[in-house]
Amino acid sequence: MIQGVQIDLISAERLDRMTVMEKVRLILDDVMEGNIVVLEKGLSPNEQSQLIEITMREITPDGFSGIEMETYSRDNEAKPGFFGRLMGKKDPGARLTVIGPADQMKTIRKDKDFISTWVSSR
Amino acid sequence: MNFFVRTRKKLSKILKAFFRKRQSRIGIYGPPNAGKTTLSNRIVRDWTGDVVGPVSEIPHETRRARRKEGIVISNSNGNTLTIDIVDTPGVTTKIDYKEFMEYGLEKEEAIKRAREATEGVAEAMHWLREDIDGVIYMLDSTQDPFTQVNIMLVGIIESRKLPVLIVANKNDLPDAAPNRIRSAFPQHPVISISGLEGNNVEELYEKMLDYFG
Repeated sequence: MIQGVQIDLISAERLDRMTVMEKVRLILDDVMEGNIVVLEKGLSPNEQSQLIEITMREITPDGFSGIEMETYSRDNEAKPGFFGRLMGKKDPGARLTVIGPADQMKTIRKDKDFISTWVSSR
Repeated sequence: MNFFVRTRKKLSKILKAFFRKRQSRIGIYGPPNAGKTTLSNRIVRDWTGDVVGPVSEIPHETRRARRKEGIVISNSNGNTLTIDIVDTPGVTTKIDYKEFMEYGLEKEEAIKRAREATEGVAEAMHWLREDIDGVIYMLDSTQDPFTQVNIMLVGIIESRKLPVLIVANKNDLPDAAPNRIRSAFPQHPVISISGLEGNNVEELYEKMLDYFG
């Protein structure tokens, strides 16, 4: 059998239909199975905060040790101002995000516009 | 004491309690081993003579958020600020007890520390969402500031519209690079200090009066 790592790419449309807890559970259940999750549209700050909190509650000795997560910084310049929001422009929000098990994923290099990550199988 | 004096005193007490602004709770946040407890101890010692908690080179020494109430900070112009300081556990997305064993802890002790640390991080995130009015974000200026945890946490703080001061700590060390922190977070004031040696803490107190006053 081919050894490898499963990568699940989740579309922005699917994420938009989910509640905060649904997103957090989907990510954690997937990552705890040893998979890598790629979100087309990243998480909001509130969702990130919930993800950290619930990740901490799932950590066990010799079991799940947490997550490694990488995303590009939010583009503050692309945020619409007051008049922009009045005209219906939306905050571009969080960007493409990769999440994996902390014991299998390691970031090699991270810049403002470049992320290099190494992933091992279990 | 006649009836009117007693009534006036009682009424004045009730009115004072009603209109008194709740003291701002300033959370000291940051990754593990950035020097959060060292700074908390310095602030509390400088202004009250007390301390908040113990420090250690082993990460996650602080595993419970600790609040010290009623710290009064003032300057020579007569400006004063009364705050509660909340020292929080270092925030991370992963904790493995085996890392603590590398510092010489026995397995059982390391597992206990890891369990308490996970609870502490979850607690710190809860405080940030519910009970914090301003943040001092601590970074070790000898380390790379462009980490996911730093970017995420500063984003979370910004989304809550909390005033934030970024502290580039450990400027007494030869490889400290506070300018790297300034370039990582140009949207916020960055103050370079040494919480351990006390270098430049006066500037931090002035900024705290400005930002959290």
